[in-house]
Amino acid sequence: MKTHNYHLDHLQYLETEAIHVMREVAGEFERPCLLFSGGKDSICLLRLAEKAFRPSDIPMPLLNVDTGHHFPELNEFRDRRAAQIAAKLIVRTVEDAIAKGIATPTPGEISRNRLQIPTLLAAIEEFQFDCCVGGARRDEEKSRAKERFFSFRDGFGQWDPKNQRPEIWNLYNTRLNPGENMRVFPLSNWTEMDVWEYIRKEHLEVPSIYFSHQRQCVRRRGQWLPVNDLVPPKPGEEVRDLVVRVRTIGDIISTGCVESPADSVEDIIAEIAAARVTERGSRADDKSSEAAMEDRKKDGYF
Amino acid sequence: MTHPIDILRFNTCGSVDDGKSTLIGRLLYDAKSLMEDQIEALERSADITGGGAINLANLTDGLRAEREQGITIDVAYRYFATPRRKFIIADTPGHVQYTRNMVTGASTANLSVILVDARAGVIEQSRRHTCLASLLRIPHLVVAVNKMDLVGWSEERFTEIRDEFEEFLPRLDIKDVKFVPISALDGDNVVTPSPHTPWYVGPTLLGHLETVHVASDWNLDGFRFPVQWVNRPHNPGDPRLHDFRGVSGQIAGGIVRVGQKVMVLPGGFGTAVKQIWTYDGLVEEAFCPQSVTLVLEHDLDISRGNMLVGYENLPGAGVDLAARLCWMHPRPLQPGRKYLLKHTTQTVHAIITDIQHRLDIATFEPDVSAPELAMNDVGAIRVRTSKPVVYDGYAANRLTGGFILIEPGTNATVGAGMLLPPREVVRPEYDDFVI
Repeated sequence: MKTHNYHLDHLQYLETEAIHVMREVAGEFERPCLLFSGGKDSICLLRLAEKAFRPSDIPMPLLNVDTGHHFPELNEFRDRRAAQIAAKLIVRTVEDAIAKGIATPTPGEISRNRLQIPTLLAAIEEFQFDCCVGGARRDEEKSRAKERFFSFRDGFGQWDPKNQRPEIWNLYNTRLNPGENMRVFPLSNWTEMDVWEYIRKEHLEVPSIYFSHQRQCVRRRGQWLPVNDLVPPKPGEEVRDLVVRVRTIGDIISTGCVESPADSVEDIIAEIAAARVTERGSRADDKSSEAAMEDRKKDGYF
Repeated sequence: MTHPIDILRFNTCGSVDDGKSTLIGRLLYDAKSLMEDQIEALERSADITGGGAINLANLTDGLRAEREQGITIDVAYRYFATPRRKFIIADTPGHVQYTRNMVTGASTANLSVILVDARAGVIEQSRRHTCLASLLRIPHLVVAVNKMDLVGWSEERFTEIRDEFEEFLPRLDIKDVKFVPISALDGDNVVTPSPHTPWYVGPTLLGHLETVHVASDWNLDGFRFPVQWVNRPHNPGDPRLHDFRGVSGQIAGGIVRVGQKVMVLPGGFGTAVKQIWTYDGLVEEAFCPQSVTLVLEHDLDISRGNMLVGYENLPGAGVDLAARLCWMHPRPLQPGRKYLLKHTTQTVHAIITDIQHRLDIATFEPDVSAPELAMNDVGAIRVRTSKPVVYDGYAANRLTGGFILIEPGTNATVGAGMLLPPREVVRPEYDDFVI
């Protein structure tokens, strides 16, 4: 018999925190849904839902807002994964929202990013969801750093950072008036590294585009963009055949690819770890980075 | 990975000019936890505003922009890791709504870092933050005496400030306090030891954060299991699950083992643990703060809000509760007011029956003549609930001893309460139910 040290490592801690949040959602909301895109964060989210609710069914449907600009690999994975665990998957498309007049594109605007919002709000209205569980993380960007686990949205779906509910211990105030909505982020305390370590630990499948593959890309605003019907090369742009992967998945028109040979979860973890401990990083062709290093040395760094 | 890394959660608090943002920036920068784009942004802003010198406070840039727009600054969370530990920082600003921020940031912390400007010494804000850290029972406290470069690295000044703290610390409930002389701006004693403080023999701030013992901060004494969700598959594909009925939750205290006798509260029915179910398979035992699903020997009426407890070290239960309270809302708390009280997984109606005192931060003496608690006040209250609450004293268990008050209508979270130990514990009334 091995003696137990009654101690959780960091992934176990993050896991139990997230499961607790999931179960609070199931316990306190009438009609919650779980936002599932097939991206790496929502893959972890789905596993945590399984951990929270099995052997029962996950007591909420999956919802995805499809901009129509998704990577085909992502949608294929999304549908397959939802079928695997016999979850109900609701997909609402920006295309449809435009046709119904719910979302109005700005002339000349190619990105569907902004149009996701009315599409999501319409889906919330249609199904009367009082809570949407999402995979956002606080380390993603500055505005997220202040996000609560349970983030209150008013009748217009708006977040008011000036007036957030204090969140104390693990006691989440989930109360809503009619028409109001809660966004819940069980992965709030997870970092990109934690997500990949969890994917490794749980042997989770991820869409193939996270791994190294051959792809035609063009250079725009310091990023390698994948060439496709929506992103044709402009005159004078050089199309390069590169070995790349995506680090984060957005729309196919705006997702930058990074040159990388990482073709396993292990490699990706090593790549992120290296990016974390060396300030030199991997994107050496970025000119501002070189200048930055110069400045750093002038400042006496090293 | 050769050994499991654990997580240390800490919060930083200080007055506006104590150099809190600079310290966080310094920790992230020197611990090499910044991403390229963050460093680049830092250096770009250095060129524009700082004549080449990096302004580490710009790392909390988002916050600064909000400050410029006059938006209330809220708690921000930041993440970094060293080979020894992962860290979650709650950056708790010390301005108007400092109690709300401090309570939010510190309630989940293992440790608080209180920043003091070496020139200013102990100010009222330092006393308030220390008082709140004590009230919230944060196990470890670090007083970082910052801007030591501006007092000529004077050991005498450092000792003076430490003495000033030690003069009032005995009146508070803080067990572990460390004092570290630092310069966040230049990085002295933050990550690397300072050549300017030969008289200081202790660890650097990060050195302390990496090694302080946090494993025993969870309560492993009495088994507490607030039921979050009843797990009953409706149409299980697996016929073995046809009669499956489990109760799901996060263990809020102690250890549970298969075969262990447990009591369901309120009610007091006894049963035993038949299985400890997890997605990864059955386990023989589980401990705080793991999330599990328990299958019990008897089919009892158990729902969300009930608590399963072990027979040794029983909790209290009652409707008349005494607590310390941090008030966080502009509308003051007055006796007779009604609120919703959320404690573990149960939300009940509650009425404030008495405000016993308001704590005077300057003297740490109770003011018994206070008619109400205003925003940022801390006091002692009595509250009556519509249903019995199963609880421990907050000092014994944060998770079963804390509650929040919610204002009906606005649904605002207005208060954070810490229960005093129960005067008597529950008695097992139906003990013979277990065969």
